[in-house]
Amino acid sequence: MSHHIVKADTLCYSYPATDCGIHNISFSITHGESVALVGENGAGKSTLLHHLNGFLQPDSGSVSIGDYPITQKNLKAVRRSVGMVFQDPDDQLFMPTVLDDVCFGPLNLGLAPDSAKNAALHALERVGAAHLVDRPPYRLSGGEKRSVAIATVLAMSPDVLIMDEPSSNLDPRARQRLIKLLMSFKHTKIIATHDLDMAVDLCERTIVLHKGKITADGATLDIFQNDTLMNESGLIKPLRMQGCSICGQDPERAESP
Amino acid sequence: MTFLERNFLDIRNLDLMARGDSWPHRLDPRVKVLTTMIFIITVVSMDKYSISQLIPFAVFPVSLLAASGLPPGYFLKKILLVSPFALMVGLFNPLLDQTILLHIGSLGISGGWISLVSIMLRFTLTVGAALILIGITSFNGICLALEKFRVPKVFVVQLLFLYRYIFVLLDEASRMSRARSLRSLDIKGPGIKTFGSMAGNLLLRATGRAERIHLAMLCRGFDGNIHTMNSSSLYLKDILFLLGWTVVFYLLRTYNFPELIGNGVLNFT
Amino acid sequence: MHMADALISPAVGGTLWAATAGTMAYCCRKVKLEMDDRKVALMGVLGAFIFSAQMINFTIPATGSSGHLGGGMILAILLGPYAAFLVMASVLTVQALFFADGGLLALGCNIFNLAFFPCFIAYPFIYKKIVGKIPTEKRIFIASMLAAVVGLQLGALGVVIETVASGISELPFTTFLLLMQPIHLAIGIVEGLVTAAVVIFIWKARPDILRYSLEAKPLKGVMVRNVALGLLAVALVTGTALSWFASSRLDGLEWSIEGVTGSGELQEPDHGIHESLAAIQEKSAFLPDYGFKTNENEHGTAESESVTEAPAQWPAVDAGTSTAGLVGGLLTLLTAGCIGLLLRRKKTTV
Repeated sequence: MSHHIVKADTLCYSYPATDCGIHNISFSITHGESVALVGENGAGKSTLLHHLNGFLQPDSGSVSIGDYPITQKNLKAVRRSVGMVFQDPDDQLFMPTVLDDVCFGPLNLGLAPDSAKNAALHALERVGAAHLVDRPPYRLSGGEKRSVAIATVLAMSPDVLIMDEPSSNLDPRARQRLIKLLMSFKHTKIIATHDLDMAVDLCERTIVLHKGKITADGATLDIFQNDTLMNESGLIKPLRMQGCSICGQDPERAESP
Repeated sequence: MTFLERNFLDIRNLDLMARGDSWPHRLDPRVKVLTTMIFIITVVSMDKYSISQLIPFAVFPVSLLAASGLPPGYFLKKILLVSPFALMVGLFNPLLDQTILLHIGSLGISGGWISLVSIMLRFTLTVGAALILIGITSFNGICLALEKFRVPKVFVVQLLFLYRYIFVLLDEASRMSRARSLRSLDIKGPGIKTFGSMAGNLLLRATGRAERIHLAMLCRGFDGNIHTMNSSSLYLKDILFLLGWTVVFYLLRTYNFPELIGNGVLNFT
Repeated sequence: MHMADALISPAVGGTLWAATAGTMAYCCRKVKLEMDDRKVALMGVLGAFIFSAQMINFTIPATGSSGHLGGGMILAILLGPYAAFLVMASVLTVQALFFADGGLLALGCNIFNLAFFPCFIAYPFIYKKIVGKIPTEKRIFIASMLAAVVGLQLGALGVVIETVASGISELPFTTFLLLMQPIHLAIGIVEGLVTAAVVIFIWKARPDILRYSLEAKPLKGVMVRNVALGLLAVALVTGTALSWFASSRLDGLEWSIEGVTGSGELQEPDHGIHESLAAIQEKSAFLPDYGFKTNENEHGTAESESVTEAPAQWPAVDAGTSTAGLVGGLLTLLTAGCIGLLLRRKKTTV
């Protein structure tokens, strides 16, 4: 198996009849790495994510998962090894009960109902949602929905976890729990997010997208401390790296003299 | 509260009730659906002037209601709320059918009034039974029962998806109409044009959501088949419930118990 | 307007159930054959959309009263007739269960009235014909308007026929028809305006959504023939069932019981149809007959003295009308109440 588990090579895609899309995207992500994908709205994060799972076919360039480039033929294998957690859990939880939903993937993989159920229960336990088994998705809180959505993906035992805005719409505690949960995963992770504080917690590496192009790819803290880069990419520093406007303690001013 | 919010609350209430835990709740959905259907057909098959013979049928909804611990007032209110159509059509009966069928003292009561009362009784019984069915059976359970009854999978899946997304779309729709009414400073609903673009926007969001759901399904290996975990089995109590009630309905349909009792009482005194 | 269980007879309810179930099975097969896995989610969510949009009340111009969307036509335009029929049927099912709109036996009638006509008559023969291959705003407007009006007129006609054939309401055919059609003309115009508004909105914002459904080309010559044949079959079945029903004066349940035991007497259909027509025109003539036959039938099953006395009292069919019936009815109500209380008490102590 190759050392690089996700590899994009000069990826280009533009939406029909527009000039938005992504241009010349290249990166490679190794086993166990946790990468944040940041950028303003419309920077191309979702477009990029949709290529990693074969929803969109690139105009030119290629994406490989493990040793295989994504093609129509191996789409099923790719989708098995790449688990995608959607931004809105309501889109992901479409089955009548939590158990049905978490079983959906395993059953599609061809598991027998019993082993599918076991895989589902195991995944639910993993995210601390075992008690929600029989609930319908519309009777879950935002945080619970998110946990179950992650479980639906874990149940398929993917190698790579891709998440689109996992911390959006969560109350502070639920967000904290989510971050702890994600920290405990050993999977390769790609997390598209606006929550740069979470990126600091979870990802040692960050890729910055701006107008469909990669403007930076490197250590998370280095990137977030680079004011010009952040400004040009339309981003604002994580809160904890900004000075406190109330108590007046500004880390930068404190450093500068 | 708007019409929409009221209905939304209503669905949520019934959905919550159906998650209760009592012996009617625990019965297999199949026997509940079947028994309710038999009940409704039996009630509807009664003669159009029957009143007294219809009354004992109340034993079915009343005992289910009591045994399941659901609030009777809630169901009565719901039945009253939907009664206008039956009442409206039924009200023509007294005008059109004036054959005197019954004399109480010097007062003659026409067939029309009797059949109107009969219609309202049927209405209460059939609507009550249907509402109680959903109060003691989860919608999911009903869908799985339908699947077992060989209703095509396409339709069962449609019902499940519909029900799942009613909760999401009703929420979106109520947020949208709240936002509209806050800015239009009136108590009335939107005009047709505004409604058109509200519904249009809602529809666009709905199709967008459908696309994302489809992606999420593909992502988890969807190949056109939805596998449901449908492994319920019938127990003796389920069979007994079905058979017992069927016999009761048959007896109630065949013999006019109230009249028998009434005769007995009158003869005795 | 929804039919209610209380207003239909088992024969009518059963016939329309059969017609609806048949159409549903056909549509399920068609949708499955299309093999479009996008449709699973799309149908579900659009159903939820119609369900929600129906609950936004809007103000009807000039009258100040409020109306709501029906939606069958919008679904047909977006999904094609087969999928639209199933979606509409699912919406009506949920409404029948949760809001007691109509009822479970009348569900067959309601699906037929509110889904079949818009999807299989108004959409293919009116909407598609007018809009043609290149839609324009004006064409969409006229097409939605006409299709909605025709769909609702047919639906209202369905309600009238089903009600009159059931014989629970006393409303004569013509009176009911004259009452229903004009009301539904007004409702249809409003439905048409709203449908047009929504469809035009979508056509302007995302023409691809409309194009997708147009490209699906679900209607071919074969299909129209199938629908026509289906309708003919339904009409035949309904006609026969109703004439048996009317001629033997047995209600559906007894009719089916006798059908099983083989003792039912079947009269010539000609006679039956004639009689049912006569019955509609001259209800006073059929009342005594009705009573007599019912009692005759009761003789067979119930041989208790009190019931054998009944024929003498009737035209007042039975019971409900006699003092004994009133006394007994009250007692039964009381008993039912007591049973309820007992069960409840038992439950709380357990």
